[in-house]
Amino acid sequence: MPAVARIAGDDAPSGDTQSLGAAPVGFKGRIRVVRVRAGDHGLSAAELERRLIELGFVEGARVEVLHQGLFGRDPIAVRVNETTVALRRREAAAILVEPDGG
Amino acid sequence: MSEIALPTRVALVGNPNSGKTALFNALTGSRQKVANYPGVTVERKEGVVVTPAGLTVRLIDLPGTYSLRARSLDEIVTRDMVLGKLAGEDAPRLLVCVADSTNLRLALRLVLELKRVGRPMILALNMFDIARNRGFEIDLDRLSTELGVPVVPSVAVRRGGTRDLLARIDEVNSERGLPQGLVEAEGNWSEPNAAELRAAQREADRILDAAVRMPGRPDSITRRIDSIVLHPVLGLVILMSILFLMFQAVFAWAQAPMDLIKSGFDGLGAWAGIVLPQGWLLSFVRDGVISGLGSVLVFLPQILTLFFFILLLEDFGYMARAAFLMDRIMGGAGLHGRAFIPLLSSFACAIPGIMATRVIASRRGRLATILVAPLMTCSARIPVYTLIIAAFIPARTVLGWFNLQGLVMFGLYAAGIAAALGMSWVFNRLLWRRDPSDPFMLELPDYKRPVLKNLALGLLQRGQIFLHRAGTTIFAMMVVIWFLCSAPPAPADATLPAINHSLAARIGQAMEPVLRPVGFNWQIDVALVPGMAAREVAVAALGTVYAIEGASDNSDELGRTLTAHWSLATALALLAWYVFAPQCAATLGVVRRETNSWKWTLFLFSYMLALAYLAAFVTYQTAVWLGAG
Repeated sequence: MPAVARIAGDDAPSGDTQSLGAAPVGFKGRIRVVRVRAGDHGLSAAELERRLIELGFVEGARVEVLHQGLFGRDPIAVRVNETTVALRRREAAAILVEPDGG
Repeated sequence: MSEIALPTRVALVGNPNSGKTALFNALTGSRQKVANYPGVTVERKEGVVVTPAGLTVRLIDLPGTYSLRARSLDEIVTRDMVLGKLAGEDAPRLLVCVADSTNLRLALRLVLELKRVGRPMILALNMFDIARNRGFEIDLDRLSTELGVPVVPSVAVRRGGTRDLLARIDEVNSERGLPQGLVEAEGNWSEPNAAELRAAQREADRILDAAVRMPGRPDSITRRIDSIVLHPVLGLVILMSILFLMFQAVFAWAQAPMDLIKSGFDGLGAWAGIVLPQGWLLSFVRDGVISGLGSVLVFLPQILTLFFFILLLEDFGYMARAAFLMDRIMGGAGLHGRAFIPLLSSFACAIPGIMATRVIASRRGRLATILVAPLMTCSARIPVYTLIIAAFIPARTVLGWFNLQGLVMFGLYAAGIAAALGMSWVFNRLLWRRDPSDPFMLELPDYKRPVLKNLALGLLQRGQIFLHRAGTTIFAMMVVIWFLCSAPPAPADATLPAINHSLAARIGQAMEPVLRPVGFNWQIDVALVPGMAAREVAVAALGTVYAIEGASDNSDELGRTLTAHWSLATALALLAWYVFAPQCAATLGVVRRETNSWKWTLFLFSYMLALAYLAAFVTYQTAVWLGAG
């Protein structure tokens, strides 16, 4: 089995993870957990989680923060494996990532 | 199996940006038809292609989606068509899933989901040439075995690039014999939950790992362009420059064809005057039909120019970047980043703008955009603005640099944009406070070289849609307004122009007490009635009311007449009115259709009317107070 499954099996975020929502431009790492807390996203937590997955935000995927907007450093453009996705930091906060080499 | 050789329906499904439409164009060429699905305004594109073995295929291009879990109107159509549940539509007998060969990860998950529907399927690896050039090694046999569906490479933009796909359609057809008649395929697919989606994506990742070797480095051209155009500050400067160039082009390039169309219709009207006897028939043909159609068709060059840029930027991949750059700015007003393109289109005409809101998934985000789109300064306002500015605003240089007339024009555009953002903010506060906004999530595709053929087909379709509308809805409106303006006929001994005796004049005179506080005389009120058909018709109507022959040909003369009859305060109030007024019945019609609600249409009409009245009132009273009355 590829590395994907092993990392995803370890669901508990450990000390060296951080939220993708707070990651600066240039951040590189892997997704540890995608877990949406109920909040004011405009959709239910379960629905937002499914949409994030459909855009490729799955445990084990490589991410790199490429760009950010001018105001409030929002939204961000994230490379997820081979795809680039734009999203707001508020939604990206549901994605916990582990920096490379960490 | 029945032996009638009904054309086989094949549906193209795929992620957004997979080059699906380019492939559709390559397969069907110009043998395609664009219409709407019944009841919804999602574009339905169908074309015919004959395979090498002689199978006639009715190919249908479905809106792009990441999943059959539909959210927007577009995606609902895709889901229902794939499942064979779309009313009035035959279920497809074969699905062709189109994937961008350089971006297979999300596409493979969609393939796995589509497989559960249980229809015969082929995976077309589109842009296969680009993938190969960039160093992707794709093991087609392995991919096919792992997925359990036939896989073919395709290159939409090259002659012969669809040969493999067509041959494979024949093969699938002869091997299994595509199911004939009604196909029931539902039941196998149910909406996946998060765990199932995760599992499917992991399976897709595993297959990708096994069958595809990717180049070590990502597309460096896209990276390099993005480092400039997505730069927080520079990116906004570039976006504004592109918009500026676009508007320059819309006004500069479109002028000559617009003049041509106008003189063409004027000539036609003059010809009708010679051929037909004086009377109501001539009036109907010349003033109703010819001038009515002419006043709408004259905008075709501007609309096509604007859409040329929009399609070009869309094909190139820039539009998603524009949405990214504008998301926060529009988000402050409660608008979705995706509302950017609809609002941009509204500068040409609110109708295509409102129709473009279909890509916004949430009803709230879509409604907010529809409600404010008519506030953007559409090109029909320009003739009115130009007339009044030229007549009343001196061509003076102010602050050593700016032309005062140009500044006023710019101010009117800015007022429209500010009003759109402001009203959206207000609506979000008042109407949808408990209903937080839809998240902005959008794929930024790799840049692609735009293909001339796709641009041409896209423009042709925009033109057809506009002409169709002009020929039906708008035309009907024009006839109604002609009737109001010419019935009952003026008495034989009338000294005033005929319109003064018409129903429109009665409506105008009835409106006068209401509109006196904003500085409008009854002649303006009368002109507002035909202005309901199309804003710029008000110019011609003013000409008629002030009895100037050929007023629309000679706006200088009309301008001088207006200066004699109106105060500066009245002129300014009319400008303010025009920024906000809910004119143009065609826009209201399209709002009704898109929102499927009379309530929201009425709401749009009333709030804009209230704003227009308020703005004109404040402008008029302030100007009078300052001594311009």
